[in-house]
Amino acid sequence: MKQILLIALLLNTAFLQAQELPFIKADQIDRWKEADTDTVWVLNFWATWCGPCVAELPSFEKLNKEYADQKVQVILVSNDFKKQVETKVKPFVAKKKLKSKVVFMDESNPNTWIDRVSPEWSGAIPATLIISKKKNQYLFFEKQLSYEELETAVKKVLER
Amino acid sequence: MKKLLALCTLATVLIAFSFTQKDPGTGYLVGDTARDFSLKNVDGKMVSLADIKDAKGYIVVFTCNQCPYAIAYEDRIIELHKKYAPLGYPVIAINSNDKVRQPGDSYDNMQKRVKEKSIPYAYLYDETQEIAQTYGATRTPHVFLLDKDRVVRYIGAIDDNSEEASEAKEKYVENAIDALRAGKEVPVKQTKAIGCGIKWKA
Repeated sequence: MKQILLIALLLNTAFLQAQELPFIKADQIDRWKEADTDTVWVLNFWATWCGPCVAELPSFEKLNKEYADQKVQVILVSNDFKKQVETKVKPFVAKKKLKSKVVFMDESNPNTWIDRVSPEWSGAIPATLIISKKKNQYLFFEKQLSYEELETAVKKVLER
Repeated sequence: MKKLLALCTLATVLIAFSFTQKDPGTGYLVGDTARDFSLKNVDGKMVSLADIKDAKGYIVVFTCNQCPYAIAYEDRIIELHKKYAPLGYPVIAINSNDKVRQPGDSYDNMQKRVKEKSIPYAYLYDETQEIAQTYGATRTPHVFLLDKDRVVRYIGAIDDNSEEASEAKEKYVENAIDALRAGKEVPVKQTKAIGCGIKWKA
């Protein structure tokens, strides 16, 4: 019993702590696209300096919260400059208390991976990819999404 | 009735408009002939490509004052102009951002930016966003390299590293111009890069 309590306490502390913000490489995108699970991945490409991205973050946070008990995984992929991860991205994530998982795209040449997200993507952010390989669903948006638009798209994939 | 008709027409136009701006497939592709334009420069004068004497080509760059990616590339755009304008390939920068959504990209602020940075190239204001729409520019910075007949020869990023100019391995625009000057095939005709989405009018 004590052990369980201890584990629960540890987990709790882990959640309360600021996010680690792992760095990812382009092949992680392929892994999400190829993941043969029931999870629907919602990948949002953003940056702290991008006004429309910051404006739509609450929609992703809401989705993350409202669909916590469903197989929906929100990932916020930061496209900030690498030298600003410590000075800008981490403080931003902490200040906004972002609960969705935030990762940093650690690639210097976007030309090598933008098409891997979607051939439809020109590279402008915000951009969002909703994927489920199992359901053969790949919905891509190169624009700022409202919560309604986002939820509609996610529901569409979930209900397939 | 007339009002209703006008409203319907407006709605149709708006719908069509929202589709064109979101569909990246409607802009120019490499090989298309780009249209000329007449846009107001920061000095108040109207500028067209046809006005540029002895041009062998044009480095048309959709950019703006505030986007961190545009700022990261500003010095490189200045260098491109300094290197290639004397060879007949001047930079023509165009700001198409809506000043309502992005007040920092207003015409006044363009003039300020040009003063601050001693920008040597034409910096034009695409207030109606027609040129960005027609070209298919979606982000800043977004380069369209045209030859003297305004045929699009390269579309995309300036080089392969937006954050660190010194670490750029492939200089796409320079390589494309060098190929054009040598009468060779442009080695990389199209690239993609992360950039700030152009702020379209609501």
